[in-house]
Amino acid sequence: MINPQLDSDGNLKHLLTIEGLPTRILNQILDTAETFVGVAERDIKKVPLLRGKTVCNIFFENSTRTRTTFEIAAKRLSADVINLNVGTSSQSKGETILDTVDNLIAMHADMFVVRHNQSGAPHFIAQHVPDHISVINAGDGRHAHPTQGLLDVFTIRRYKPDMHNLRIALVGDVLHSRVARSEIHALTTLGVPEVRVIAPKTLLPTDVEKLGVQVFHDMKAGLKDVDVVMMLRLQNERMNGAMLPSAQEYFKTFGLTQEKLQLAKPDAIVMHPGPMNRGVEIDSCVADGNQSVILPQVTYGIAVRMAVMAILGGGSGQTGSGA
Amino acid sequence: MKIHIRNGRLIDPKNKIDAQCDVYIAAGKIVGIQHAPKDFVANQTIDASGLIVSPGFVDLSARLREPGSEYSATLVSELNAAAAGGVTSLACTPDTQPVLDEPGLVEMLKYRAKQLNLAHVYPLGALTRQLEGKLLTEMCKLTEAGCVGFSQADHAIIDTQVLWRACEYASTFGFTLFLRAEDDYLAKNGVAHDGEIASRLGLKGIPSAAEGLAIASILRIAHETNTKIHLCRLSTAEGVNLVREAKKQGVQVTADVSAQHLHLTDLDIGYFNAHAHLKPPLRSIRDKDALCQGLKDGTIDAICSDHTPVNDDAKLLPFAESEAGATGLELLLPLALKWANNQKLDIAEAIAKITDQSAQILGINSGHLSIGSDADITIFNPDQTWKVMPDQLKSQGKNTPFLGLEMTGKVQYTLLHGQITYQDESN
Repeated sequence: MINPQLDSDGNLKHLLTIEGLPTRILNQILDTAETFVGVAERDIKKVPLLRGKTVCNIFFENSTRTRTTFEIAAKRLSADVINLNVGTSSQSKGETILDTVDNLIAMHADMFVVRHNQSGAPHFIAQHVPDHISVINAGDGRHAHPTQGLLDVFTIRRYKPDMHNLRIALVGDVLHSRVARSEIHALTTLGVPEVRVIAPKTLLPTDVEKLGVQVFHDMKAGLKDVDVVMMLRLQNERMNGAMLPSAQEYFKTFGLTQEKLQLAKPDAIVMHPGPMNRGVEIDSCVADGNQSVILPQVTYGIAVRMAVMAILGGGSGQTGSGA
Repeated sequence: MKIHIRNGRLIDPKNKIDAQCDVYIAAGKIVGIQHAPKDFVANQTIDASGLIVSPGFVDLSARLREPGSEYSATLVSELNAAAAGGVTSLACTPDTQPVLDEPGLVEMLKYRAKQLNLAHVYPLGALTRQLEGKLLTEMCKLTEAGCVGFSQADHAIIDTQVLWRACEYASTFGFTLFLRAEDDYLAKNGVAHDGEIASRLGLKGIPSAAEGLAIASILRIAHETNTKIHLCRLSTAEGVNLVREAKKQGVQVTADVSAQHLHLTDLDIGYFNAHAHLKPPLRSIRDKDALCQGLKDGTIDAICSDHTPVNDDAKLLPFAESEAGATGLELLLPLALKWANNQKLDIAEAIAKITDQSAQILGINSGHLSIGSDADITIFNPDQTWKVMPDQLKSQGKNTPFLGLEMTGKVQYTLLHGQITYQDESN
């Protein structure tokens, strides 16, 4: 099967999932992101790489944070940005995804940033767009959220540069989490030797160990001597029901407290993709504590999304390098 | 009209014939095998040199989409597909709009099919009204109207009390229930086999246990109520084992498998290929192997096409939103042959699974070529290769996971009641 994300020369054509991307592409994105970190600190926070290009944010599912960071990233690259909240317009009138996409193609968009509540929707769109359009997955169902996975490994790399010598734990609702899947693929692709998942059995996908992770059901055992703790968001609707009895019990068993964090290495960092449920998956004193890198994650998110767009727009000057 | 089919290799599993044999047809019936009846003068001769002459195929599950979903397919298009696939008799499912739960609808369908004269259509009536799993249908009246059994299509009966009563009632009159075993709760919102692939793709899984649990309760109730059960479209190794054990213990049960499930697994979903979105879902390699083995050892009695034409728009959606199903009537033969070939079995074994075996399950006098029986005959070339392309398929549904792949085995002629209903264009 041909990898739909790469062109015939092996360069990135769409960013749909981290699974199956070669290490060189991940490194290309991360290295390019490094060059953009400084842009935000300048007086003029813009580079002209995507000048004259139109980036279209198509959000079939509501999002504020991700859409905003994509928008800022595109604008810092000097692109024109259109935001389309399809969840509230065409789809509710019965228009199909392809009709929506065809209309945007007719408006000469160059890049689509797509979020959809169905796994695989960005793949589907990527199969149907003409050759010159790139698709970036901004989160699809439970499947993937590749830019989040990339910004997380970017953050880790900044604090813990030796990826080959890390022990990392993901804690929480892996089952429903596209973020977790993308993080796992990013970490294993970049050679992190030990990736753990810690969750009750109701929140783990079937055969999750085949994704290359070690499974723990106990926070104390799972957090022991880890370098990085990556917390996952627990959706409100999962807190009371057949998956979990209550938010309180979840916090008691799988919430990250200062006490549990002490089991990790003393210099361990704490991450969260946001938005956080304080007092459910994470204690406020940990979220705001000195081991937390949750806000830097957001900042780096913009640089990483700029890097992805620049590479897909062909303006990074690094395309294909480091192969 | 008198037809002489000459020089073909006749394979009739029911009568245990596999030999070079001519067939003579008059007035829609078979009047001679090997030897012509006295004074037989053919109006037409079909040269079947190098071809196999078989009973017309009998398919246990085809959706014809009429009434109600003519946008997806029509009786005309799908019965032409049946003829092109060599299928002369087929059972159709009751999940039409309206549901086949009233005698008048069944009579209408039978009448329309008879007018077209492309294949014998044997409706499976709805077991419960509107397929809602609550109230029984008028099974005796529906049988009089032409139903050969009762089914819930893809709608499970959740209430075991209702299932028990339905079995008791059907058993009173000796009706067969055609049930697809899937626990409704475990399968809820699921679109793929619950395993590594679904986990990677972020698709909601349906565990194998959903089939096992349902089979266990169906067979238990069937045993208590002495009901004839046909389990439709097994998909798991667990299911095959349960049926094997039940048969050993003398439970009245038969089973089929779809032609797709003999060859594909969840790996074939690839990058969210909606054509691989089927019900039941494509499962693991281990399951596929168990299905092939179960078919070989007789645990599974027959292969069905599970023909489900879906219009392009309903497939042009993200995987989970796409409509499940594959067009299958025209692929039944090559996929059955491929199974036999993979298992190193004789062609006759494949033919048996789509003729005599399925006819017995439906309780119809078909699927064999005996003197005096209807001349429903399929003549095919077992070695001819062809590529599955949308414009090649007569079915209005072009949806199949085999699109673009090469098939071996092609129907040359189909005869219904001694009339040619399909002839390959290269002839």
